[in-house]
Amino acid sequence: MKRIFAREEWCLACHLCEYHCANANLPHKEGGNFNAEMARNLKGRAIRPRIRVEEDDRVHFALSCRHCDEPACKKSCISGAISMINGVVCIDRDKCVGCYTCILACPYGTIVPSDDGHAAQKCELCMQNSCGEPACVAHCPNRAIVYEEVLDE
Amino acid sequence: MKHVIIGNSAGAIGCIEAIRHENTEDEIVVIASEPHHTYGRPLISYYLEGRTDRQRMKYRADDFYEKNCVQTMLGETVTKILPEEKKVALQSGDLVSYDKLLVATGSSPVIFPAEGLELVKDITTFTTLDDAEYLLERVNADARVFIVGAGLIGLKCAEGLRALTEHITVCDLAPRVLSSILPEQPARIMREHLEAHGLKFCLGTGVQRFSVAERGYVALLQSGEPIAFDLLVYAAGVRPNTGLIKDAGGEVNRGILVDEYGRTNLPDIYAAGDCTEAVDVCTGARKIMALLPNAYFQGEAAGRHMAGLAAEHTPLIPENAIGFFGKHILSAGIYPEALTPQEENTEEYYKCFYFDEAEGKLRGYILIEGFARAGIYTALVRDGTKLRPAQWERLRREPGLLAFDIMTRAKILRKKVGAK
Ligand SMILES: Cc1cc2nc3c(=O)[nH]c(=O)nc-3n(C[C@H](O)[C@H](O)[C@H](O)COP(=O)(O)OP(=O)(O)OC[C@H]3O[C@@H](n4cnc5c(N)ncnc54)[C@H](O)[C@@H]3O)c2cc1C
Repeated sequence: MKRIFAREEWCLACHLCEYHCANANLPHKEGGNFNAEMARNLKGRAIRPRIRVEEDDRVHFALSCRHCDEPACKKSCISGAISMINGVVCIDRDKCVGCYTCILACPYGTIVPSDDGHAAQKCELCMQNSCGEPACVAHCPNRAIVYEEVLDE
Repeated sequence: MKHVIIGNSAGAIGCIEAIRHENTEDEIVVIASEPHHTYGRPLISYYLEGRTDRQRMKYRADDFYEKNCVQTMLGETVTKILPEEKKVALQSGDLVSYDKLLVATGSSPVIFPAEGLELVKDITTFTTLDDAEYLLERVNADARVFIVGAGLIGLKCAEGLRALTEHITVCDLAPRVLSSILPEQPARIMREHLEAHGLKFCLGTGVQRFSVAERGYVALLQSGEPIAFDLLVYAAGVRPNTGLIKDAGGEVNRGILVDEYGRTNLPDIYAAGDCTEAVDVCTGARKIMALLPNAYFQGEAAGRHMAGLAAEHTPLIPENAIGFFGKHILSAGIYPEALTPQEENTEEYYKCFYFDEAEGKLRGYILIEGFARAGIYTALVRDGTKLRPAQWERLRREPGLLAFDIMTRAKILRKKVGAK
């Protein structure tokens, strides 16, 4: 099972992962120019990425859903909209009513409201969107976010 | 091993999923009065509003029972538990035997007697899908609805009905809305918001008497104000369904008394969810925490124990996320009177934290909007995490992992984690 891991010693807090995340989750035309579309779609806009950089003057890192084995969000969801699909914690937008009990429950703070405020959204490892591989990882200039096999301790 | 579960909602599903997580052998039987596929009970107001439908509000997929090898007896009511014979009796007269029994019977709405109440024929409570169907059938744009109870259920009902009619009046004995979950200040913020969306309130007063009018009915309030209405929704409170356990000789207070694994004092009988009183780790005392995540966690802990799996349980705390007309309240923990709340009130949000400086622990919080990453606070409350004053100050301003040391962060950022 592959997971996203952050390496805080390499993160420069450039926030590109947040933009690539927001961009990857927009509808895209097949064969379109991702980066050009990113500038067109996101420049100057408030975005709601599913990964976020935390930073102070010393420490920076990017945090997204940990895809817990025992997800508190899934267990707390009042509508049954959150499920584990092949080890990936996913939110079914159609079922979600946007009550935000999952935001209340996630101990890492990695779930955010969707743009229309009618649902919650989170990292689904870019499995469902146009990207197909985690966009934050693919576009991190410093390999501060990696997508690797989990080693069981 | 045969597990019998009474109920088909969050507590029951938590139990089934916990058993099937590791065990595919044991037999599981679900018996429930409601004839429906498991549905998200809190979604009935969204159903009124048209924001979900009967298919989408199912709490688990259509093939859930089949996939988990669960035998269902839906539309069947259990009338008695026979603990000596290890059987339950059904209304139909049949007996069902069990090795382990889970009671996840939830709660029932309470209707307090009032003068003339028997004259009101157009009346419902609001806790089931059938209640929502009843309202959908009857409420049109002309309907004047009177809701008794300005708690969570009454107000969710009002919000849902607002999509159908603008004539909605809500009364409550308490002087404020959501009195069981909110102190005065945040309750005032919510009331103003609800009023701005067209709800009318009569607070601090109850109904003196109901009478029939030329059109519909009239409720004469204790305050002297008459409220004309066509349809009455009774949402003045719920009571845990404890009867089966009580009659079987089990320990019951207001709810069924259970330990952290959901065990009652009767052998091989467990209980979970709204029908129970369980330990709130914030205080160490038992109380009713009738909220869906808790029902699931309790059902899960019971299921693990029933199937003889690793004895694990999620520590329970009051925790609630609820929104009205786009304004969300996220809250968790307790609000000790001895602590001075740390409050912040702006145009955009209201925040209130109960931080115990002597102990260095966050005991509870209330957020209206401004709830980004609130789960970090919930975890602090649940785990009783010890914080230095500067650490808390940082977290209060902005919840994040930056406030923790590098080892804690490394665990979260670099390793596989399992949240409890
Ligand atoms: C309008 C409304 C809004 C809500 N909003 C929220 C919210 O936003 N967030 C939140 O956390 N919680 C909310 N809740 C509370 C939440 O719905 C409950 O905490 C949760 O459903 C409890 O689950 P449970 O399994 O304990 O019992 P229940 O959901 O009450 O289910 C009990 C089941 O037992 C069955 N049953 C009872 N007695 C018998 C018997 N003798 N024989 C056979 N079957 C029996 C019933 O038919 C039912 O299926 C809301 C509730 C309502 C009504």
